[in-house]
Amino acid sequence: MTTWPILSVVTFLPIVGALLIYLVRGDDEAARRNARWIALWTTLITFAVSVLLVLRFDPNQTDFQFVEKSNWLAAGISYHMGVDGISLPFVILTTALMPFCIVASWKSVTNRLREYMMAFLILETLMVGTFSALDLVLFYLFFEGGLIPMFLIIGVWGGPRRVYASFKFFLYTLLGSVLMLLAIMALYWNAGTTDIPTLMHTAVPRSLQTWAWLAFFASFAVKMPMWPVHTWLPDAHVEAPTAGSVILAAILLKMGGYGFLRFSLPMFPLASHDFAPLVWTLSAIAIIYTSLVALMQEDIKKLIAYSSVAHMGFVTMGIFAGTMQGVAGGVFQMISHGIVSGALFLCVGVVYDRMHTREIAAYGGLVNRMPIYALVFMVFTMANVGLPGTSGFVGEFMTLLGTFKVSIPTAFFATFGVILSAGYALWLYRKVVFGALTKPSLASIKDLTLREGVILFPLVALTILFGVYPKPILDMSAASVQQLVNNYNTAVTAVKAAALLQ
Amino acid sequence: MIENLGPQLWVVLPELLLALGAMALLMLGAFRGQRTTGIVTGLAVVLLIVVGILVLRQPGGQAFGGSFIADSYARFLKILAIIGSVATLVMSAEFLSSPDRRIFEYAILVLLSTLGMLVLISAGDLITLYLGLELMSLALYVVAASHRDNVKSTEAGLKYFVLGALSSGMLLYGASLIYGFTGTVSFAGIAAAAKTGSVGIIFGLVFLFAGLCFKVSAVPFHMWTPDVYEGAPTPVTAFFASAPKVAALAVFARVALTAFPGITFQWQQIIVFVSIASMALGSFAAIGQTNIKRLMAYSSIGHMGFALVGLAAGTVEGAQGVLTYIAIYVAMTLGSFAVIMAIKRNGQSFEKISDFAGLSRTNPLLAFFFAMLLFSLAGIPPLAGFFAKWYVFVAAIKAGLFALSVIGVLTSVVGAYYYLLIVKTMYFDEPLATLDPVRVELRTVLAISGIFNILFFAYPGPLVSAAAAAAKSLF
Repeated sequence: MTTWPILSVVTFLPIVGALLIYLVRGDDEAARRNARWIALWTTLITFAVSVLLVLRFDPNQTDFQFVEKSNWLAAGISYHMGVDGISLPFVILTTALMPFCIVASWKSVTNRLREYMMAFLILETLMVGTFSALDLVLFYLFFEGGLIPMFLIIGVWGGPRRVYASFKFFLYTLLGSVLMLLAIMALYWNAGTTDIPTLMHTAVPRSLQTWAWLAFFASFAVKMPMWPVHTWLPDAHVEAPTAGSVILAAILLKMGGYGFLRFSLPMFPLASHDFAPLVWTLSAIAIIYTSLVALMQEDIKKLIAYSSVAHMGFVTMGIFAGTMQGVAGGVFQMISHGIVSGALFLCVGVVYDRMHTREIAAYGGLVNRMPIYALVFMVFTMANVGLPGTSGFVGEFMTLLGTFKVSIPTAFFATFGVILSAGYALWLYRKVVFGALTKPSLASIKDLTLREGVILFPLVALTILFGVYPKPILDMSAASVQQLVNNYNTAVTAVKAAALLQ
Repeated sequence: MIENLGPQLWVVLPELLLALGAMALLMLGAFRGQRTTGIVTGLAVVLLIVVGILVLRQPGGQAFGGSFIADSYARFLKILAIIGSVATLVMSAEFLSSPDRRIFEYAILVLLSTLGMLVLISAGDLITLYLGLELMSLALYVVAASHRDNVKSTEAGLKYFVLGALSSGMLLYGASLIYGFTGTVSFAGIAAAAKTGSVGIIFGLVFLFAGLCFKVSAVPFHMWTPDVYEGAPTPVTAFFASAPKVAALAVFARVALTAFPGITFQWQQIIVFVSIASMALGSFAAIGQTNIKRLMAYSSIGHMGFALVGLAAGTVEGAQGVLTYIAIYVAMTLGSFAVIMAIKRNGQSFEKISDFAGLSRTNPLLAFFFAMLLFSLAGIPPLAGFFAKWYVFVAAIKAGLFALSVIGVLTSVVGAYYYLLIVKTMYFDEPLATLDPVRVELRTVLAISGIFNILFFAYPGPLVSAAAAAAKSLF
């Protein structure tokens, strides 16, 4: 169908943009303007090309599409790219959010702007690559490579405790991932290849499944992040610049969930089934515990960070339920959370740019001077709560439904999270937006500028659109999810039947 | 034996040429005095390049009854050692340009030590091994002290000499035991005689390995490394960290794999222990360092530990891993030392890590390349260092060394911490005064090493297949 490697173009186009920015010399206002515009155009063109992927994507096909393959490292380790219904939404989410991140940094970043834009563009390449790699080594390359630009983004452009946060982020994630690397090697010797589609259809011995599952879990649980290895996230979020937080929350966290869907369930179905209760327990604890922690926060970003951990708990719970609703809901919840949490961090960025503080106590009564902001912020708060009619509801509902079929206690406890999330989100909203505007520092605060409106309104539209009409995302992923769930259940029932026969 | 001397000399032609060339250059320097330093150094570089080309073109074969082996394993490592030596000589240009340090002997000594390395890499019996090792080491002891008026440099030379002599003694003792119990010095003969590990052979093996561990600076024979690295002039440190490591590791792997294949299980235990100890010490001890050269010393101890992971596997894949590792390690190390030498302000060298503060503002390109080298040393993909680790660990996993692999990757995370500290200093801290303009030879070395390091992932084929072919020739 296609003659040009469309997926590689989407992946590597941002690097080309980064090289172009490198060619921009000087640090005066003109150079900065050029760097900004190059970055914006690069991300826009990348997004436009990625839309082509959607248009040409055949949602009824369960195989990988836009496949590219060429020799690379050794026999069995090749440059293999492709997307299916599970990865394509994440690719689009990445390319779609990047222009917002660039625009959000338009004014707020002045220090070493060129490097900043380059770091973001390189990060985009690595993120798109992570979601479209069909070889484990290639996947690992993109997955881990993302640490370098993110480390620099937090460390160079971050807040006061940026050094601590960036080190914690880097080392925590690396520690989880190196174990996954060993598991990748073990899989390589088991199957003679690291080709993901091949590995999905290769039976892995039971004992190796257990160890490999644990190793992959170590990496993805940190990335996700799941309780109790989530502690890097609040630090990283708080210290990162606005756009960095957006990327972290909206895309980097999704790599963990994507990894569970792409590797843990299809390649180690038996181990996944064995460990599912563990994941449910951790998810339920995450949902309740981090929601309670969020209630106690004094920093807006930290509160949203903890709420992210809670929402990711729904995702892991749904994925490991292994039911159609659970897995589809997990995918939807990730996309929805990508939009909503990204937007929430952008909202925080709006007031942070004005006041340079994220203390909840420093705000109050913003509605009096910022009515449009109050409205936008409300939509995202409601989506964060999971109010029906917003995209947040669909994902949470589906994951709960999917989990209910296999584990009623988990679903029971997880539902408390819905109530608690209403607690902390509404409490935050009341403290920041409502009440009398008494603080003198806020007396002259201005409402959304055109630039900020341009960033936030499309996200409002998407949040509500997917809330009332989630079909586009669900349809896109339906066939792939169905196949994943079928294979998983076949593998699990086969083992159960074999056990009964003995 | 005499009648086919011609073809045999043909096999050792590169070494012969290097020896004769070094003598000729020595004469030139001796009769024309210290003002020929520049010419001698330049000619030495040319000589090394010619020898390198000869090594590449060499058909391969054995000479002197199998005591000298020129196979593709030797070819791969010789090229690597020559690259290390050439880069060292090129980077020494500034060190040698100062009036009180015009010493033409420096280049001669580097040449002789390189000759020792080539012999060592090709060694097919214990005698040749010792011959090559001593030629290499003796030249190195002197080079370490080549900054004659500097207390630290002379101390480094002396320390290296005393400890090196001790290790040579141990190695000789081990060699004599092995000879006594097997009745032969050739690796092939030992392999045939040592099918089962008698106590005597194991005893000799331990001493032999102790001597070799000293040369690759693996724990517990690493103590000299930080002091010598710190005390020696920086170009010399770059030399120590690259070429001799290649040669020592080469002979280590050759002895273990070709002389003792029958008792792999026995020596594997030693290597596993040494490897774990080196990786752990290299990672933890480097954290507290403030001097970049000492830090690089601990880093090299750790890296030798990682390379030995491949040897511990004792398989073809393991040997391939060792070769790939050392090749990438040499590239990363030479680039890093080029940066360290570039840290000069008003003609004064700086060696503290804090002297790198804010380098990303004052010298963005230098800082970028160094940061990428450091990430690569830490083994972060997609940089070359990741692939180095990939090949050794993939071999260890295949050989079933799971505990070693897990400990290895965990120490690599600890190691990442101190590399990140340098990146942090360069990128997050406030800048100091700008550096002096970076000399062209340093820029060249850094650019080659940096680009190799960053773009390795795009085209890994040549190095990987060369390493695979070289590893196969050992089995």
